[in-house]
Amino acid sequence: MKIHEGDARGIFAAFGLPVPPSRFITKAEEAGPVAEELGCPVVVKAQVLVGGRGKAGGVKLASDPIEAVEKAKAILGMDIKGLTVEKVLIAKAVDISKEFYVGMVVDRITRKPLMMISAEGGIDIEEVAKSAPEKILKVVIDPITGLLPFQTRKMASFLTSDKDVARQLGPVFRSLYQAFMEIDSSLAEINPLVVSPDGKVWAIDAKINIDDNSLYRHEDIRALRDDSMEDAGEVEAREADLSFVKLDGSIGCIVNGAGLAMATMDMIKYYGAEPANFLDIGGSSSPEKVLSAMKIILRDKNVKAILVNIFGGITRCDDVAKGLLEAKKRLGIDIPLVVRLTGTNEEEARELLRGTELVSADTMDEGVKKAIEIANA
Amino acid sequence: MSILIDKNTRLIVQGITGRDGGFHASQMVAYGTNVVGGVTPGKGGMKTEDGVPVFDNMEEAVNETGANTSVIYVPARFAADAIFEASDAGIELVVCIAEGLPVRDMLSVLPYVRERGTRVIGPNSPGVISPGRSKVGIMPGDIHKEGNVGVVSRSGTLTYEIVYHLTVNGIGQSTCLGIGGDPVIGTNLLDAMDLFANDPETDAVVLIGEIGGNDEEKAARIIKDGYPKKVAAFIAGRTAPPGKRMGHAGAIVTGGTGTAEEKIKAFADAGVEVAETPAQIAGIISGLL
Repeated sequence: MKIHEGDARGIFAAFGLPVPPSRFITKAEEAGPVAEELGCPVVVKAQVLVGGRGKAGGVKLASDPIEAVEKAKAILGMDIKGLTVEKVLIAKAVDISKEFYVGMVVDRITRKPLMMISAEGGIDIEEVAKSAPEKILKVVIDPITGLLPFQTRKMASFLTSDKDVARQLGPVFRSLYQAFMEIDSSLAEINPLVVSPDGKVWAIDAKINIDDNSLYRHEDIRALRDDSMEDAGEVEAREADLSFVKLDGSIGCIVNGAGLAMATMDMIKYYGAEPANFLDIGGSSSPEKVLSAMKIILRDKNVKAILVNIFGGITRCDDVAKGLLEAKKRLGIDIPLVVRLTGTNEEEARELLRGTELVSADTMDEGVKKAIEIANA
Repeated sequence: MSILIDKNTRLIVQGITGRDGGFHASQMVAYGTNVVGGVTPGKGGMKTEDGVPVFDNMEEAVNETGANTSVIYVPARFAADAIFEASDAGIELVVCIAEGLPVRDMLSVLPYVRERGTRVIGPNSPGVISPGRSKVGIMPGDIHKEGNVGVVSRSGTLTYEIVYHLTVNGIGQSTCLGIGGDPVIGTNLLDAMDLFANDPETDAVVLIGEIGGNDEEKAARIIKDGYPKKVAAFIAGRTAPPGKRMGHAGAIVTGGTGTAEEKIKAFADAGVEVAETPAQIAGIISGLL
């Protein structure tokens, strides 16, 4: 789950990171009093859950409250990579004499937390990782010991030779690690971490992603989710406990299992068409789940045919068949359905679907080809 | 032979009185797996319909049955504790079917089990099957066939799809192993390749990878440097958009890495043929053997 920069700053501040004060606003005129309160200059920042806000013109400096209102007015309602700016953050501005990058992820190879730092702040870390990997220091942290003092010294000296700055970096690394672990983060970034002309260290941007599987133990963080930043179908799918990703093609897919769902999309492309979505109904799928899946796909007006591809293991084919018939009855579907059901209880499923107008297919290849043929007809 | 499980596997089902645990315990018994017991706290003393004794905890279960393997069907939030408990009781192989474990739980599980010599498969794994010998997991047993091809996969149903094509084309399997779709897992693709490399009954290995992470690239490097078995591969997610999680927690292209394209290229560089559709794997393997 992604959260807004303003919320991420709040979490960082709570863990003791030096974050300049900031406030969310949703109306431009609120920018004036907030700027007054924080003290100018301030930065007006679009709160959308995508990268590249600065380049898109969603981040502006304001030297007084009147300018803050003007900038907020310009940014609110702006479209950034398909997302509408409905909230902006007004943050106290900090003069910058040096910028660093500090971030954390879980390293899949060592299966341990990994801190990455670079003396080139404000950059696209992934780009630097490819073009100039020597500019990044990666430190694997053993979760049993936590971040060790020698590691923080090594990182601080990688970033600076200034003793006063180095002294402030140790606590920054420790707080970031602590925050990352305690909130079950999958990505935590300060980009940039800056040094102001008076030699003080500040975290002037914040990005945190949370491990969705951990949300049951973080009610407070779960409440920060902003559904307006996602496709409506994806939100509905999450509520129905389905995995769904909207794409731009014309063949809708309902599949059990993530790997098979991806392979189905890939096969649609292989045979010359484009998938309209990724949709995994998961294991032990009930007829209700199939009904929800069908509803979500039918939102998409580009869909010309729907392919149901099930390899039953825990998923029972007859459950899926019942869900399909129920959906057909309740939703009045006029889009052709191609159904491939193999595995647990496939005979029962075939019996249920006999005499209906559903197009059946014996193999995945046949199902995909038939769906494409129908969509193109 | 086979890897991980065989006729000597003595299995405890953790969460045996739950809906999924109960159903799959019966399926495993029917397949011929030696299910020696189950554990559900508070339900000790009862027997399942198949006559499998239920214990209150793993220590007791292991002491009473001499179990060496366990399989976990408990809800995600209790799964890490189930792994700790199995490892503490001396279980050598824990297969975690449970999905949805927070990554942080696995970060503390892995050093703990390593110290005690326990291997973990998963979480979010469909399990392991050595056809004709033992099945520990949720895969349909009847699509498998005894043979000499090892299968390792990050997926569940996609593996069934590919195994099905192998079997109908007369290609049997030594062991099929689902390592799980999470970003942090107990046994990864490379660990599985090591196991197959040392199995005299495995002549070829099918690697079923997907977007996310770089294990497939590392596997390709190992093959290039001289891997003792023949290899064919399939990669799911050629059409997956970047930055989107495709069902599996670990199936995500981040920062331009972990793409299907990179993985396919790495395999091509290592001389490994990558199937474009699941059905093609059977033909590629036939050509290799």
